[in-house]
Amino acid sequence: MPDPSANHEPAVLARGLVKRYGDLTAVDGIDLEVRRGTCVGVLGPNGAGKTTTIECLEGLKTPDAGEIRVLGRTWGDDAREIQQRIGVQLQETEFQDKLSVFELLRLFRSFYRNGADLEEVIKTVGLEEKRKTFVKQLSGGQKQRLSVGCALLNNPEVLFLDEPTTGLDPQARRRVWEVIESFKGGGGTVLLTTHYMEEAERLADDLVIFDQGRVIAQGSPGSIIASLHAESVVEFSLGDGGPRTLPEADLAALNGVRSVRYEGSSVVLSVEHTQPVIAALFGLVETRGLVLEDLRTHRPTLEDVFVSLTGRHLRDG
Amino acid sequence: MGRRAEITELTRVRVLGFIREREAIFWVFIFPMVLAAVLGFAFRSGKVKPSKIAVVDSEGAAALVELFNADPEIKTELFATRDEALAKVRNSAVDGMVEPDPAGGAPTLAYEPGRAEAATARLRVQRALDPPPEDATETLKLDRLTQKGSRYIDFLFPGLLGMNLMGTGIWGIGFAIADVRRRGFLRRLLVTPMHKSSFFAAFMLSRLVFLVMEIGVLAAFGAWVLGVPFHGDAFSFSVICLVGALTFAGLGILIASRVRTMEGASGLMNLTMMPMWLLSGVFFSYERYPEALHPLIRLLPLTALNDAMRAVMIDGNSILTQGPELLVMAAWCVVTFVVALRVFRWE
Repeated sequence: MPDPSANHEPAVLARGLVKRYGDLTAVDGIDLEVRRGTCVGVLGPNGAGKTTTIECLEGLKTPDAGEIRVLGRTWGDDAREIQQRIGVQLQETEFQDKLSVFELLRLFRSFYRNGADLEEVIKTVGLEEKRKTFVKQLSGGQKQRLSVGCALLNNPEVLFLDEPTTGLDPQARRRVWEVIESFKGGGGTVLLTTHYMEEAERLADDLVIFDQGRVIAQGSPGSIIASLHAESVVEFSLGDGGPRTLPEADLAALNGVRSVRYEGSSVVLSVEHTQPVIAALFGLVETRGLVLEDLRTHRPTLEDVFVSLTGRHLRDG
Repeated sequence: MGRRAEITELTRVRVLGFIREREAIFWVFIFPMVLAAVLGFAFRSGKVKPSKIAVVDSEGAAALVELFNADPEIKTELFATRDEALAKVRNSAVDGMVEPDPAGGAPTLAYEPGRAEAATARLRVQRALDPPPEDATETLKLDRLTQKGSRYIDFLFPGLLGMNLMGTGIWGIGFAIADVRRRGFLRRLLVTPMHKSSFFAAFMLSRLVFLVMEIGVLAAFGAWVLGVPFHGDAFSFSVICLVGALTFAGLGILIASRVRTMEGASGLMNLTMMPMWLLSGVFFSYERYPEALHPLIRLLPLTALNDAMRAVMIDGNSILTQGPELLVMAAWCVVTFVVALRVFRWE
């Protein structure tokens, strides 16, 4: 077991991380902390620097500036010790086609000093029936669970997952989530990147939202959403003239509207008090002789936060 | 688990990956056997091959044909015109063309003096036209050798073994490394505590496993089916195979140490092997190249391997006589390894 003093330290800590590729600064001064026993989700569009950051933390890339500590140790001094105690799933790993699930897991098991029982891991990732199946005959979801399985063979203290469910259908995605949740349930620490807000909300205790190599918001999903100070999001479109027939100033002047945004044929309002705003909106539309169409309201989501911070959607990339 | 478990598992994975690949089995085992069998058949010796002579069908041709046909080492074919016959000479379908002299003088032989078969034909034609008088004293005694080891297949087979060791070493290792890099599997290994030395050790060990199978199967085929001699001792033969395999394993790792794509890898491999297929005495002796080039050719690893292989298999020499060849191979092995480990790209 690690020395007890180390337990006060966060499982993963990064300060002022910078990574450049030629002229491109992929990671531009990122601070990140993962406390033991928690799951932190790094959320952001493609190209936000999520993968570069997590690969620096995994010791795969060397940052140009900044400090990294994993389990209280640095990559420079204790690389092998860190590797013994972390589990990593990389974004794109193709395993050898003609190896069975069991053979592949046995290979990874041999790299670790002490670790999990192979059969236990096969059960955890739900591949009992596939233990003799070749990698190339597995479905996308099964391959992904196998990949997570390879990261669990040393009973890791910290699990790094880089977009663990990208490209999977909803059913397969939920099965991967279950595997991650069972690891969390056992007290494990997780750092995962994703561009699915549903995934981030379901798995992460804390979120770090990335955009263009920087952290733009941080905290629990609830507190990040609360930072919008909006009770709900009201979305509507207008008949003939298009959304801009209602000027932004008029909408912003309504009592309780915090922000106004035009998106395609829709108008999107973040509102503090839903009911009075909708009542006032009807009045405004009426006096202008316009027709309100397609009125919807929903609770604010992480997507709304991201859009309000960057003016872009998570999926835009 | 310890380092030994790690090496065992990595090696197992390599071996399984190979034996589950049917194409690889074909290229390593079946292809060289077919090649040896076909070449051995095409260049089989034993019977004396008669010279083929085209005769232009003009006055006096019948007498010449009769004279030549009395000689079992000459076969004739009649052609109506000189041009027809010459065309046959040009494309080497016949070894020479004889045209009778209408005035009754000596016939003319047209042939290409640079071709060995044509030169032989010339001597045979000369002998048929001009037999030695019966009371002449013997100037040369003939001893016809039929001993094993002097046929083309006996020369060819050790070269094929050498070529196969080169191919399986360079392809087997170079391709496998390029493939795991392309798949991102190398990076995945990099985030485990696996020792990098174990990774390379596994390639070496799996290579040795295949080596035993490969040499075993091919040598058995050579000995039993083709009747190729194994005059040297088994120990010398084994050491040469082992050193040869390690040499080309080093070259394979070096070639694959930085390539990113499979196309890049196969291009580099062919570029490395092609000169050795031609220069290192696989299908014909490098003695055919100018003398000045021989020292350079002998520095190629496949030349050293083939020379040592032939010295042991055909001449029955011991490994102890093959110092220079072993030294050349060892030098290649050490240098390629050291460079490969330095420049190897894991990411």
